[in-house]
Order: sequence, then structure tokens, then C-alpha cells
Amino acid sequence: MGILDHHKKIEKHATLLLVLSFLVVTIGGLVQIVPLFYLQNTIEEVEGMRPYAPLELAGREIYVREGCYVCHSQMVRPMRDEVERYGHYSLAAESMYDHPFQWGSKRTGPDLARLGGRYSDEWHVAHMRNPRDVVPESIMPPYAFLLDRPINGEHIADLMNAYRIVGVPYTDEMIATAREDFLAQADPEADTSGLLERYHDAQTRNFDGQPQLTEMDALISYMQMIGTLVDFDTFVRDDSR
Amino acid sequence: MATPKKKSNDPKTTGHSWDGIEEFDNPLPRWWLWVFYLCILWSVVYWVLYPAWPMVSGATSGVLGYSSRADVEVEIADADAANQVWYDRLMSTDLDAISADPELERFAVNAGAAVFRAQCSQCHGAGADGLRAGSGFPNLLDDEWMWGGTMDDIVTTVTYGIRNEDFPDARYSEMPSFGRDELLTPEEIDQVVNHVLAISGQAHDAALAAAGAEVFDLNCASCHGADGSGDTFVGAPALNNAIWLYGGSEADIRATVNNAHFGIMPGFTNRLNPAQIRAVGAYVHQLGGGQ
Repeated sequence: MGILDHHKKIEKHATLLLVLSFLVVTIGGLVQIVPLFYLQNTIEEVEGMRPYAPLELAGREIYVREGCYVCHSQMVRPMRDEVERYGHYSLAAESMYDHPFQWGSKRTGPDLARLGGRYSDEWHVAHMRNPRDVVPESIMPPYAFLLDRPINGEHIADLMNAYRIVGVPYTDEMIATAREDFLAQADPEADTSGLLERYHDAQTRNFDGQPQLTEMDALISYMQMIGTLVDFDTFVRDDSR
Repeated sequence: MATPKKKSNDPKTTGHSWDGIEEFDNPLPRWWLWVFYLCILWSVVYWVLYPAWPMVSGATSGVLGYSSRADVEVEIADADAANQVWYDRLMSTDLDAISADPELERFAVNAGAAVFRAQCSQCHGAGADGLRAGSGFPNLLDDEWMWGGTMDDIVTTVTYGIRNEDFPDARYSEMPSFGRDELLTPEEIDQVVNHVLAISGQAHDAALAAAGAEVFDLNCASCHGADGSGDTFVGAPALNNAIWLYGGSEADIRATVNNAHFGIMPGFTNRLNPAQIRAVGAYVHQLGGGQ
């Protein structure tokens, strides 16, 4: 009973209890969290990832704003049925520039981690305007209003700066040219060489088929690049993951 | 208030007493306690069997060598191996000979139907009917084909897609936007629209249509054919029937002449293996319109 008698002292001393409880929780937290920062196999690096181009980033903000993650996950799990339906399973590194990540926790609609390139822009416009037009059994709400909301990238540099603060490696040059790149990506007439140099494989075209730049352009530019950056021909699986 | 007298068969108390209230020191239920101990024991077994403890350079890997990524690869390889005999037969049989082998055709059509539901149905419709007339998504049930309806044509289309920039072999053609780019005057557009209405057997203005024949001959016939029967070599749809991709009313035709439409289809080389592409080709071919 000796040690339990000593425990009595802790139980009867509020400050001591608080300090020791804090110590226990701290140790537990450290053991769980710290290894994630140094273990090589939790910070797998893959080729091809880059920060979002300004228009894609704006599209991602709309994705988050509209709560797409409530019904759509962005996480193909390593299971045969998922890999055969959606494509290669997701890698942690594919969300490295997502703050917060969009893995989601429930699929009311399908997973979107490999959405890019799967449908045409026209399909996306038709689908966002009224999902039932292309998927009769869909219960997704329409987002036709995105076509009527012009955007001009007024605050895009600030947004990128905010992401830089949380660790996305946007360079000074990227932030200085943010507005220019934002406008160039959906403008078929624009000179996109700078944009493509800064953001490799960025897709440039008029995404929503309307003359003016709208939230629909931004959202589709984002949807068309989700899950397309990593070249899985060069990906080598490490057994320990 | 008098403290109730303790009965002799009462359990022991913990010894704590607050304002005369004491606490029985009942033992935990045996079954619960044993389940608890077993869980602790299992956790130790688990540490040994499965990846568990974070160490300096990586987590302990566990003696079972479990890896979800390796598992899924094995699972997919097993499924592919089970299908391999069929895939081999599909790849070694001439495209046009697949339908002559009932056993192989049955496999191809069923495997193709599964692929179709996962990859194609979103645009072409679960029933392959192009969702509805005038939707812009081609109906695959009828015998009108923009790029050809032979097995070879269908497989090529599925492999590389239409008007996408990912594959140099993707089928590509663009109809000019005659109105938007001012290639035709509004009068000429009026005339040619009436001519198209005429050759498709719809109500039209005969005088305008007669004048439109010349406009059609000069501007449209090189792709759509002199009689408007289309040309699958350049992906020009037939205009002399009642099947329309973007609608066949006067307003729809005028809209198309003014601003041409360009449907895009992804290529599936990177998403499907060649045998799956042949299977989905066989599925589409037997839907009704295969040539």
C-alpha cells in the first residue's frame, strides 16, 4: 500500500495534481506527435508537387467555402475497390500544400482525390449548373450562381501571403505576380509563359466558357488539377508505409 | 441524523468518510476485469505483430510485415492474374473477331460494362443514351457515329479520347464559329440554317434554303459532305437526319453555326489497361450501333 499512500498526497493537493496531470498529458502528446516530424516514412517526398497557382488556390477557397468537403472526400484509400474506381491511392505528400487538408470524413458523393482530367470543363459547368442534368440520381445541390459571380483576384496576393505564413513555399516573385497569374490562367489570349514557369503543368484555358472571369473558372481550374501533379510512373512504394 | 449502523455482511469500505458518507470498496465485476487484462495483453501482442512503436529512424515494422500499400498491390495483382487468361485472349484476338467467340464476348461485354459504369456513364449516361437529346454528350446506342462505329474506331476513341491535349493521337477537329468570327454574314447564316433544316426534313423557308445550298457547299460540305451525311474521318456529324448532338431546332442550329461546340473526351490509356479498353469497346459496340 506504500505507493498508493503517496498517491493520496497528489489527490489532496490541487496544484500538484494539476502540474503532474499536465506532465502526463505532455508526455503522451510528445510520444504521439513528435515522431511525425522526424520519421522519414511519415514525410515521404514525391516528385511533382507544387503550390497551387493563384486561380487554383482561389478555386480551392471556393471549394472550402461551399463546404464541398462535407460530402466529398479527397482520399483514395489503399483498397482494391477504391483504387480501381478512382485511381492510385492518395499519398500524404499530395496534401502537403493543403491548409487544411480536404481528406474529409464522409462520402455522400464520390471521392474527388483523382478528379482532375476525368471530365471535360463542359461537363463540370453542366454539372455545377444542375447536377441532375448529367447524373440523374444525384442529390448534390446546384451551384449555378458561381457562373454569375465575377472575380478579379483583388486579394489573391494577401491570400498567398497567408498561406506562406503557414508554410506553403510561395516565393516573393510568385506573390508579386499573383494577380497577373490569376488573370492569365483563364484567359486564352494571355501570355502564360511566366505562369507555366512558376507553376509547372498549370492548365490554361477559359474554364467556364464565359467571357468574364468567374468563381466557376476558379473552381474548375482547381477541380481539373486535383490529384494530377504526381507522376505515378516514377513513384516507388516503400513497404514501411 | 443518526448514521445507520453497519451490517456485518456489508462489503469493506474504502476508508474515506465525508460527512459520515462512506464508500463501499466493491470489487470490479470479474468478467470486466478479465476482459480488461486481456486487452492489455493483446496490445502487447499487437506491438509485436504490427507496426507500432516510433523509433529513431522509423516505426517498428512488426513481425507480420503488414503494409496496407503492399496488401492492396497484392490484391490487385491477384485480381489481374485471375483475369489474365481473359486479358490475353482479348489482346490476341482480332478486334472484329471478338464477337465471333461467344465465351470471350461474354467476358468482354461484362468487364466492359463494369468499366463503363465507373468511367463512362457520367457523361454518356448509365444507359449510354447520352443523357438526353441535345445534351452535347453523344448517344452510344444508335448507329450514328461521329468518329466511326467499328470496333477499331471505338477502341481508338477510348484509348486517346477526343480533343484533349494529353495525347497527340487524340482525335481532333474543330468546326469554325461562323457567326462569332464573322466568316459568314447574318444573311448567309439564315440561309444555311434553313438549308440544314431542309436536308434534315424539318419545316423551313424554301427560298432561304435554296440560297443556303450554295453557302453550305462552300463552307460546310468539305467536312459534313455535299449531302450533309457527315464524315467520320474528321468527326463531322451527319446533318441530314433527326439525330442531333446539340439540338436540331432552328435556334439550336443557329447557335451552333454562330458558336461552334467542341466536346472533349479524356483518353483512357493511363486509367485502363489495353484489355480493359478493348472490353469497353466490345461493350459499346454491342449496345446497338456497332458497325
